[in-house]
Amino acid sequence: MSEPAELSYREAVRSAIRNAMQDDPRVFLMGEDVGHYGGCYAVSKGLLDEFGPDRIRDTPLSESAFTGAGIGAAMGGMRPIVEIMTCNFSLLALDQIMNNAATLRHMSGGQVSVPLVIRMATGGGRQLGAQHSHSLEGWYAHIPGIRVLAPATVEDAGGMLAPALADPDPVLIFENALLYNDTARVDGLAKADIDHAAVRREGTDISLITYGGSLGKTLAAAELLEQVGISAEVLDLRVLRPLDEEAILGSVARTRRCVVVDEGWRSGSISAEVMARISESGFWNLDAPLARVCSEEVPIPYAKHLEDAALPNTDKIVQAVRKLLGR
Amino acid sequence: MGTFTMPSLGADMEAGILVEWLKQPGEELSHGDIIAVVETDKGAIEVEVFEDGRLDRLLVEPGTKVPVGTPLAEIAGSGTQAQASPPPEPHVPADAPVETAPPAPPVSARPEAEPVSSIAPIFGAGERISPAARKLAYDKELDLNALQGTGPDGAIILADVQKAAGLAAGGANRTRPRNLAPMRRAIAAAMSRSKREIPHYYLCHSFDVSAAREWLDAFNGGKPPAERLVFSALTLKAVALAVSEFPEFNGFYGQNGFSASRSIHVGIAIALRGGGLAAPAIHNTDRLSLPELMLAMNDLVSRTRAGGFRSSEISDPTVTVSSLGERGVEALLPIIYPPQVAIIGFGSVVQRAWATGGAVQVRPVMCATLAADHRASDGHRGALLLRRIEELLSHPEGL
Amino acid sequence: MNREAMRAVIAEEISAIAPEADLSAIGEAEDLREALDLDSMDIFNLVVAVSKRLQFDIPDADAGHLVTLGGGAEYLERKLREAGEG
Repeated sequence: MSEPAELSYREAVRSAIRNAMQDDPRVFLMGEDVGHYGGCYAVSKGLLDEFGPDRIRDTPLSESAFTGAGIGAAMGGMRPIVEIMTCNFSLLALDQIMNNAATLRHMSGGQVSVPLVIRMATGGGRQLGAQHSHSLEGWYAHIPGIRVLAPATVEDAGGMLAPALADPDPVLIFENALLYNDTARVDGLAKADIDHAAVRREGTDISLITYGGSLGKTLAAAELLEQVGISAEVLDLRVLRPLDEEAILGSVARTRRCVVVDEGWRSGSISAEVMARISESGFWNLDAPLARVCSEEVPIPYAKHLEDAALPNTDKIVQAVRKLLGR
Repeated sequence: MGTFTMPSLGADMEAGILVEWLKQPGEELSHGDIIAVVETDKGAIEVEVFEDGRLDRLLVEPGTKVPVGTPLAEIAGSGTQAQASPPPEPHVPADAPVETAPPAPPVSARPEAEPVSSIAPIFGAGERISPAARKLAYDKELDLNALQGTGPDGAIILADVQKAAGLAAGGANRTRPRNLAPMRRAIAAAMSRSKREIPHYYLCHSFDVSAAREWLDAFNGGKPPAERLVFSALTLKAVALAVSEFPEFNGFYGQNGFSASRSIHVGIAIALRGGGLAAPAIHNTDRLSLPELMLAMNDLVSRTRAGGFRSSEISDPTVTVSSLGERGVEALLPIIYPPQVAIIGFGSVVQRAWATGGAVQVRPVMCATLAADHRASDGHRGALLLRRIEELLSHPEGL
Repeated sequence: MNREAMRAVIAEEISAIAPEADLSAIGEAEDLREALDLDSMDIFNLVVAVSKRLQFDIPDADAGHLVTLGGGAEYLERKLREAGEG
């Protein structure tokens, strides 16, 4: 038996797209620069040569137009994958996503399905300035009618696309741009589950609940905490909508304490929702106040030291946990 | 402007938790209204207000524990310090916050036009106790006040309660008292104080109760069930009437010695199924007819067992009766509930060979006992009291 | 109403008086006062409640029947049948 191949997050997404296109002729990819340029984050590099311009389509710089086209194609029986360069730009397509993609099944009394997948990059940390660095997945998790995924691992990056395409309703996949170069040895691309959160590390003293680009920071924090005798459980939400409330409450029931780590701003964030659910249904299990580590409430700065200061990091997570436990 | 303060609901009460407001700012209050629920060692107690006025402002948030005497609410249109019935001993601590608000303007003729703030300021944010710690303490009936918090800023956390409950990692400490229900602690405190401070003397007197039994059977005979009486209604009334003639057994012993009470509020010791005891009062017992007394007893017993007695009932019995009922034993030697000065016990009625009129007959006999405070009364008067109770029960038609 | 129904009436009214009582463990002839720690006030209330429910005034002298489930059920069945026949 050969050693599993070393695969990057980027390659995992690309392989998943390739597999989907090979398996189903209805699948096609469109977005800004996905063809000749190979994708802004080089995810689709080489796919144009492989599948041709009908299935790897470069679009005009109009998120509203090509997302709307994707919705129409999905309604017409295709299985489009729409790539939006960053979630900041997705706001130009927000009307299409929220008022059309998310609503049509409900407004048509179930007659119309929109089996659309929208992939977009999210997150900061690359000195790209405020207009390219925000984390808006929490906003999308507010909208009924869509599923919101946040793959944090190479396995999930490769495994979530196929079930997302199989979902008869719109699915948004948020790929934290800092993860594209992460690598892991992956033995083939298994279909990932897109309903449940996953415990990435077991622990007894505190639950660190996170997702996406913050998972690595959180796991690193858990390692550091172990050195001071604090056993932290790390729960990767994976699915931001619908939230796996059972996993959240189950973890907090075991550890009785919780810090939520979320690269979004704290006000009205997915971290706020997670904490609210715990307060609603897990209150009597708690042995400490809930806490969170989020981005500072500023447009993410360009200057490196300011950007670093604005984003969650391992040290902030460790400090939050130690403060909560008083040790 | 009057101030409604945390009442003293028993001689040993130092603080209480305001559980719930039953009246809201702007509501009119009249004497006897139940305005709040207060949690004490004796359980949740409904607190009454003893003046008329309008509830102006709530000063304490539900869930807050405050010392006796702490202002809980302001009442407009009343000029006095408002509190639950005059307590047996003054309990307003010297360091109680002083009302410094300027005199209220005259109450408007249209009170509804006055803006009334519904947001009460938060007084004393309360101790830091984690929800998990609270829940375990509740389940294990542990008193959180007795615990030392080891969490951040001295918060009481789960581990502290687990330790106290002898559970889990914290290291079980088997020598500490475990699982002391708050009520058990209250009984322990009151009875220990009684035995420590009160020089009890005890008297016993057995007598034939056939007259009372026969009268009761005849009374109940033709009546529908709801109008019948139980035997203890007779003994209770007999005690109330007897102490009205022997005032040194009815009242309170305080710092200035004994002071007799003009009213007679007989406390009845009520055993709670599953353990525990409470002795709330029936107000003006001596002035109630037997059917009225029966209703009052029944109401009080059922409310007490459901945990709903009122502040005035728990705070002011002037003398207490403890009856063993039909499934007890011959006699009990009770302990006085401070600051009262006497408690009368009735054993079970038993069939005994009894010398009467020069012959021996089988008669229903009951033993009445008196435990009294020798600082307030002497044995001779105690004996007369018991004899008077016998006499009253021998002529039940006069009760 | 038959004996079982009478037993159920007594059991329900006891549950109302002593909600914590576990009647499943009580034998037919077992003294309820002993088994459930009921006092004379509880028995008084039981007699009042059963009388009201069945619209039949249980005489004071007969109240003692209700201290067991079996005795109470048998007594009530007999009395109500007699009342029906009369």
